[in-house]
Amino acid sequence: MHIQKSIQFTAFALAFGLSVTTAAAADLVIGMQQEPTSLDPTSDATASIDGMMTQNVYESLTIVSENGEVQPNLATSWEVSEDGLTYTFALTDAAQFHDGTAFDAQDVIFSFNRAMAEDSVNPSKGIFKPIDSVTALDARTVQIKLKNKDAFFLFNMGQGDSAIVASETVDTNNAKPVGTGPFKFDSWTRGDRLTLVKNPDHRDAAMVALDKVTYRFISDPAAATAAMMAEELDAFPGFPAPELLEQFEADPRFRVNLGSTEGEVILAMNNAKPPFDNIEVRRAISTAINRDEIIDGAMYGKATPIGSFYPPHGKAYVDLTDAYPTDTAKAKEMFEAAGVVGTTMTLRVPPFPYATRSAEIIQAQLSDAGIDAKVENVEWGFWIDEIYKKQNYDMTIIAHTSPNDMGNFARGPKYFYGYDDPKMTALWEEISTEVDADKRDMLLKEGQKYLSDQAVHGFLFQLPLLGVFRNEVQGYWSSAPVLYTPLKGVSKN
Amino acid sequence: MSYFLLRRTIGFLATLVAVSVVVFAVMNVLPGDPALTILGLDATDDALAALRDDLGLNDPLLARYFGWVAGALVGDFGTSHSFRVPVAELIAERLPMTLSLAVAGMILTLIIALTVGIYAASHHGKPGDWITMFLSQLGIAIPAFWLSILLVLLFAVNLRWLPPGGFAGWSDPVAAMRSLVLPTVALALVQSAVLARVTRSSALEVMRQDFTRTARASGFSQRRILWRHVLPNALVPIVTIVGMQFAALVTGTIVIENVFYLPGLGRLIFQSIANRDLPTVQALVMLFAVIVVTANFVVDLLYVLIDPRLKART
Repeated sequence: MHIQKSIQFTAFALAFGLSVTTAAAADLVIGMQQEPTSLDPTSDATASIDGMMTQNVYESLTIVSENGEVQPNLATSWEVSEDGLTYTFALTDAAQFHDGTAFDAQDVIFSFNRAMAEDSVNPSKGIFKPIDSVTALDARTVQIKLKNKDAFFLFNMGQGDSAIVASETVDTNNAKPVGTGPFKFDSWTRGDRLTLVKNPDHRDAAMVALDKVTYRFISDPAAATAAMMAEELDAFPGFPAPELLEQFEADPRFRVNLGSTEGEVILAMNNAKPPFDNIEVRRAISTAINRDEIIDGAMYGKATPIGSFYPPHGKAYVDLTDAYPTDTAKAKEMFEAAGVVGTTMTLRVPPFPYATRSAEIIQAQLSDAGIDAKVENVEWGFWIDEIYKKQNYDMTIIAHTSPNDMGNFARGPKYFYGYDDPKMTALWEEISTEVDADKRDMLLKEGQKYLSDQAVHGFLFQLPLLGVFRNEVQGYWSSAPVLYTPLKGVSKN
Repeated sequence: MSYFLLRRTIGFLATLVAVSVVVFAVMNVLPGDPALTILGLDATDDALAALRDDLGLNDPLLARYFGWVAGALVGDFGTSHSFRVPVAELIAERLPMTLSLAVAGMILTLIIALTVGIYAASHHGKPGDWITMFLSQLGIAIPAFWLSILLVLLFAVNLRWLPPGGFAGWSDPVAAMRSLVLPTVALALVQSAVLARVTRSSALEVMRQDFTRTARASGFSQRRILWRHVLPNALVPIVTIVGMQFAALVTGTIVIENVFYLPGLGRLIFQSIANRDLPTVQALVMLFAVIVVTANFVVDLLYVLIDPRLKART
């Protein structure tokens, strides 16, 4: 009835040429830079799909909280066997899919079997590799047996890749997503906007403050600024341009948030290719670069430096930013000793502002130390094929945005790092199977120190989460330990 | 005339065949893998293989090309790799946006350019001429995206008269027209600057001819001379430029659509190239080619209508 009335009012207002710009208080409009092509996180890795859909429209067995803790979701509780190989999940009896069909153990089995199948196109199929079998003990209990221990299993079960979908609607989820979450998909005008509405039947509906959430897709930073300033948007949680934030900081209508992400920005070196197979050359590069200059120039000071491959907000973080203090003269000597002074190194950079801007500064710093670095800007399709897949590069700059991704250094010589170190592989094996959190943190610290010592890459800074919010908007996550942001706790007064 | 039409039609088809071969070849030579772009950095090899199979990327190149051509001939442009919906559906969603913008931009361009151009010609050598020509020089020099940002700051951010961007479709005509005002102006101002100069010089040319002097001697009003005698005779070069400009307007929407975040074809082609979405890129480039070739074709036909002397030659 309430909705009906507001539609009538809108029609009336339009008919008489009144402008209806002030939306009802519980309608939130969020700006988003990246536009999705599909709305199914289980078949497409585009980050904005997770950003909008995961844990809002779709739900998973678990959910990860803002500080990175695993919490119950569709699974209300679980038991882990003594040997760490059998997980028994108790499922909620209060969930149903948005099309009205019931949620039970069969949906969990369907979703997992689909992700694990031979013809699966799940973008993170690797997280299902440890799973041996998924069985239903009854309609409300699912048992998952693992082949080997997996320290990140419960965390991974809270991702969009492991969203629980229904067999009836899975084929149309790319354009018309159906899940069990607190928000229902309403409409999508490709290229323009996507709208979610509150799911009144959700078990936590009482905790959901928003009636309607509209995402607007605006890729151009200047356009994004104008849209915020013109009050077309309530929030731009992933604001694309640090250089434009000052005007929002000065404007009392807005609040600027400086949070953290899981994205470590690295100056990656092709460890399989000379001269980067020489540890002294890699150490010289780490000595030549000046992180403060890079952060000031590329990120307008809005980022935290890192000395290894682990986020500074993480529990197991060790500060290793002083491992190679900037010393251009020393770097030059090291380059001379290694016989690489005067050689040309190519820096192939993907089209992200953090990368292209950092590249120019690094180029200047390397040149001061006697290295002729050439910057080549390439587009993303090229980067992912030539650099990532075919390892055809000297150096590149990239943010690794996945959580718990130190395992990248144990992916062997075929991974684009070209880094093959049995010691690191063994250490990661230990980390990823250590279920005791304290012991795991000790090992993660050891890993960070080892990677810094080996100077595998130039470790630059943690990618910040820069957000602009109107003051009325409350409860939005300020940091992003995962790719999604639940809207359940967000309100607009 | 029929020989002329036949020749143009053959040229039209040859252009389309050439375009289809070039786009297909370029998109395949270009480094990049659609499956990898979709599944991202954490994808496993078997998932990539499964998706490539799914998308038909494992079929031989020639089989894929001819399969595409055979489909296109019966109106089936295939399924988008990244959106996973029929390409025809994607284009149908976006075409109204881009066409509305291009047509509105063209109309506004004509209104501004003809008025300014004729005004400048009739005030040849006087301050009115200098000022309008200086402004048009400025218009040519200003990049469309920069002008767009200025318009947004003034009319959307400061004055709040119009939305800063977006387009929700024609279901709400008032909102749709409000959304189109700023992009249309941004598009038309730059184009009309070029056209105004062409109009002026072409009109000046005609004004020097004997029949204009005769008309003036006959005591016709200045207005009547300009709009009934000068303009129609000055149209041939104007129409040539307009034909080229319409093509430029359609492709120029790519920039404008980005600044005003409008869901049109320009943004779609940009996104599809980045995603290596071959079926979508192929169909869109063909569509743009058809629009450009058609615009040129229409210009050729208009010549015959405007200047009957050309009919004798064809």
